[in-house]
Amino acid sequence: MIALVSLTIALPFCAAFAGMLLGRRLSRTLSARALPAAGSAAPDAPTTPLPAVVPDAAPAPGDEARVPELSRLAGPDLALRRLPRNGPALIAIASTALATLLALIVATTVWLDPGTREGTLTLVPTGTVDIAIGLQADGLAALVGLMVCLVALAVQIYSVAYLAEDPRYCSYAAFVSLFTAAMLLVVYAADLLLLYVGWEVMGICSYFLIGHHWEDRANSRAAVKAFLMTRLGDVGFLIGIFALGIGAGTFSIGGVLDAVPDLPAGTLTAATLLLLAGVAGKSAQFPLHTWLPDAMAGPTPISALIHAATMVAAGIYVIARLYPAFWAAPASLTVLGIVAVISMVGSALAALAQTDLKRVLAYSTISQLAYMAAGLAVGAQTAAVFHLVTHGAFKALLFLAAGSVILVAGSNLLGRYGGLRRTMPITFWAMTVGYAALIGLPPVSGFFSKDSIIEGARHAAATAGREGTGDTAAAVPDIPGGAAWAIYIALLVTVGITAAYAMRAWLMTFFGEQRGSFQAREAPALMTWTVAALAVPSAVLGFFGLGAAELRPHLVSAGLALLWAAGGGAAAYLLWNRDPARDPADRLGPLRTVFDRAFYLDELYAALVVRPVRAAARAVVVADRRGLDALVVGTAGWSRRAGGALRRIQTGNAQSYLTGLLAGVVVIAAGVVILL
Amino acid sequence: MHALYPLVVSALLFSVGVYGVLARRNAILMLMSVELMLNAVNLNLVAFDALWRDRLHGGQLLTLFTIVIAAAEVGLGLAIVLLVFRNRKTVEVDRLTELGEARRDPAEARRGADAETSAEPVAAAREGDGP
Amino acid sequence: MTAQEVVFTLLGAVAVGSAILVVTTRQLVHAALWLVVSFGALAGAYLLLTAEFVAWVQVLIYVGAVVVLLLFGIMLTRAPIGRMPRGGPDDPLDSGNRWAALAVALATAGVLITTLVHGFSDAVIDLKAEGGGAEPLGASLFRTWVLPFEVLSVLLLAALIGAIVLSRTDIGPRDREGRR
Repeated sequence: MIALVSLTIALPFCAAFAGMLLGRRLSRTLSARALPAAGSAAPDAPTTPLPAVVPDAAPAPGDEARVPELSRLAGPDLALRRLPRNGPALIAIASTALATLLALIVATTVWLDPGTREGTLTLVPTGTVDIAIGLQADGLAALVGLMVCLVALAVQIYSVAYLAEDPRYCSYAAFVSLFTAAMLLVVYAADLLLLYVGWEVMGICSYFLIGHHWEDRANSRAAVKAFLMTRLGDVGFLIGIFALGIGAGTFSIGGVLDAVPDLPAGTLTAATLLLLAGVAGKSAQFPLHTWLPDAMAGPTPISALIHAATMVAAGIYVIARLYPAFWAAPASLTVLGIVAVISMVGSALAALAQTDLKRVLAYSTISQLAYMAAGLAVGAQTAAVFHLVTHGAFKALLFLAAGSVILVAGSNLLGRYGGLRRTMPITFWAMTVGYAALIGLPPVSGFFSKDSIIEGARHAAATAGREGTGDTAAAVPDIPGGAAWAIYIALLVTVGITAAYAMRAWLMTFFGEQRGSFQAREAPALMTWTVAALAVPSAVLGFFGLGAAELRPHLVSAGLALLWAAGGGAAAYLLWNRDPARDPADRLGPLRTVFDRAFYLDELYAALVVRPVRAAARAVVVADRRGLDALVVGTAGWSRRAGGALRRIQTGNAQSYLTGLLAGVVVIAAGVVILL
Repeated sequence: MHALYPLVVSALLFSVGVYGVLARRNAILMLMSVELMLNAVNLNLVAFDALWRDRLHGGQLLTLFTIVIAAAEVGLGLAIVLLVFRNRKTVEVDRLTELGEARRDPAEARRGADAETSAEPVAAAREGDGP
Repeated sequence: MTAQEVVFTLLGAVAVGSAILVVTTRQLVHAALWLVVSFGALAGAYLLLTAEFVAWVQVLIYVGAVVVLLLFGIMLTRAPIGRMPRGGPDDPLDSGNRWAALAVALATAGVLITTLVHGFSDAVIDLKAEGGGAEPLGASLFRTWVLPFEVLSVLLLAALIGAIVLSRTDIGPRDREGRR
């Protein structure tokens, strides 16, 4: 079992290096071998693991308007035919598919026979607390691991078409594989430090992938920002791990959780609060969330990967994994709840006013992650993990569909779309499912998961004040009633705002008249079908939750949430309907700018942190140049001057040399005479 | 005769020769000073020969050898001096400083470079003449 | 002080005095002539030390040959003839090194004389007229010292060839085209 799990992690890991080193060579070998048969071989070679679809929108020859588009759109379409010869993609997809299969086997085994399977590969003695290189697979890990693999597979396949023309596809595919491996390591790790390794590898991978198009300075800045912001949290995370591990005397997750009842409350609270810092950084929660919208600079499949499966999910996953420790520290849960409330409402409002489709989705991710955090804060752990999985599915779907739209429209801006309903039917329906899940409309997955979180919050708020009144339902952590009520209300309000911004983005993308000047057509088949395939789990995943009692929909919460959703959606629709050509967000008036800039948090950070740090750096530079460098340079200067003085003696005049020589001889002789 | 008389005379002659070698600028004068020093050595050899009554006459014979070698040395030295004079048009030894550090003055250095590229004895001599 | 010592003192004074004139005179030709005086006084000193053959050789070779050679050198290098005024960096005879040279020379003299006085304060030369003539020297030279003598002849030959090669302009290395 553990061998399977380690293989699951090792496969993408090895694929990353193999793809980086051998990918190009494989491409060359394949194309060299395929060339003689290129004339007769069918374009959809049987090795393709995907349905090879003949491009459905092949432009008629003679349609002059389409001719310029032909070359641009033909590229991605050709990617499908070229896939068998795309070495890096083959390596990455094959390994990810295998890993998915293994994760599926692991998940099935765990599902059929619940329980934790743990194995230690080796023990690293450190002198004090040993580090175990160990893996474990329980229900939580198996489920999240499977989701990670599936999303990564979808992203890899989608990228083949999306980045068909990219010159650095090789390193791109390799980093995606490495990213996946790191996330799987986080998911399956049985040791806190091993988990931290995966955590950090993800950080560096996100840096490389967000900065994939580093030719543009803004992109590399966004990558640096993402790296630094998450790093800021990671410092706390590492110290938190140390606090927990040293307090418990072991770094093994199981050992730490077993030791939780014996730990002093202060240690526990401090450790979990420090862990929360790392979680806030990775999962993009207030106040460390500002990197996520900027991370949209990366290619769209990367956004899908970061938002749905890896990176941001890691933070929530870690809380879920260490949940007993958080449970025992209600103060940390309260902080988590408050952070979640701020992130939830704030980013939903920010999403309302964004003009960039990807940024809308980015803020919605922050908001949805805050849902999970809130669910964890009120004790609805299962619901939160459930939402993590459904969110993984529908957010990957939304991002990949958005990628299709962006590829076709050639722009990120909502204002350039419009009327794509007819020309991109598959993308339209898939995205409709995705938005429905985002809002939480009944039949699709998001409804079930979101509803169970809201129900958990309602339960917590209702029972908060009453100590020990024998509640038969799920236990509730000991958080203040006010916080619980705030979470409950914020959850409901956010449902409304979510509905509003989702409705706005949906309407502006697919309805009304086309506003940009581009040739509307369906995206390349490889992308479209990946999106369509993802729509299925987004739609039906919710029904799996019906098996567990705490995940079934509850009438009161569901009704209230639907009411809010209907209100928000209707408001957005009415505003839009007045003038479909205009952005409904314009009606917000002066608030729009505030929302658009995300409450000026970036500017605030710039004023409070960036500028003082820069000033300090400049001061250090000056001190370095005037102080330290001056010493070094001064030393060099003085030696030079001394050398120059000695140089003057070297006149080339033999007589003066001889004078010196004889004088020396005389001195030596005199010394000998006098001393001996 | 007290041995100190010839010895002191030879020491004084030697010192005078040292002064001449170090202070004289003209190469021929330097050669003369070298002869003085050699003669001081000769006087020493003869004096010790007389002092120790060497039966093999080592001192006196070595003096003869020294005189012969000095004659050869003067011959060669003068040949070298003549060669230097032919190439540089000067026999002032403290002007023959090509092996020393390059001079700081850029104009001077440029002129030196010109002289080197032209590789003409006259140009080299002019460069040697420079301050 | 014996008579010999008096004579020797006089001869030494002449030798050293003319030597000082050699290194300080302002006329090149005078320097060569003062050198003759110094060498002559030294020849006298050799005679006094019973080395008569050496004294004649001194007169023959030094006074006769070497000084004449030096005079030829003075002529061939077109050295300034006549009285040279003492004049700073353009002085053709004395370099700016003079004071350092004086100091070194005085120190040398001091060290040498101190050492000699320490070492030979009580040594007395017993002067007897024997062994300094041509006959015993020749016998010794061709019996005991014949090998250095022959080596010296080779040295002289080498010096001869060297002087010829150095002073003739038409002898030199071939250039790349094989021309001289």
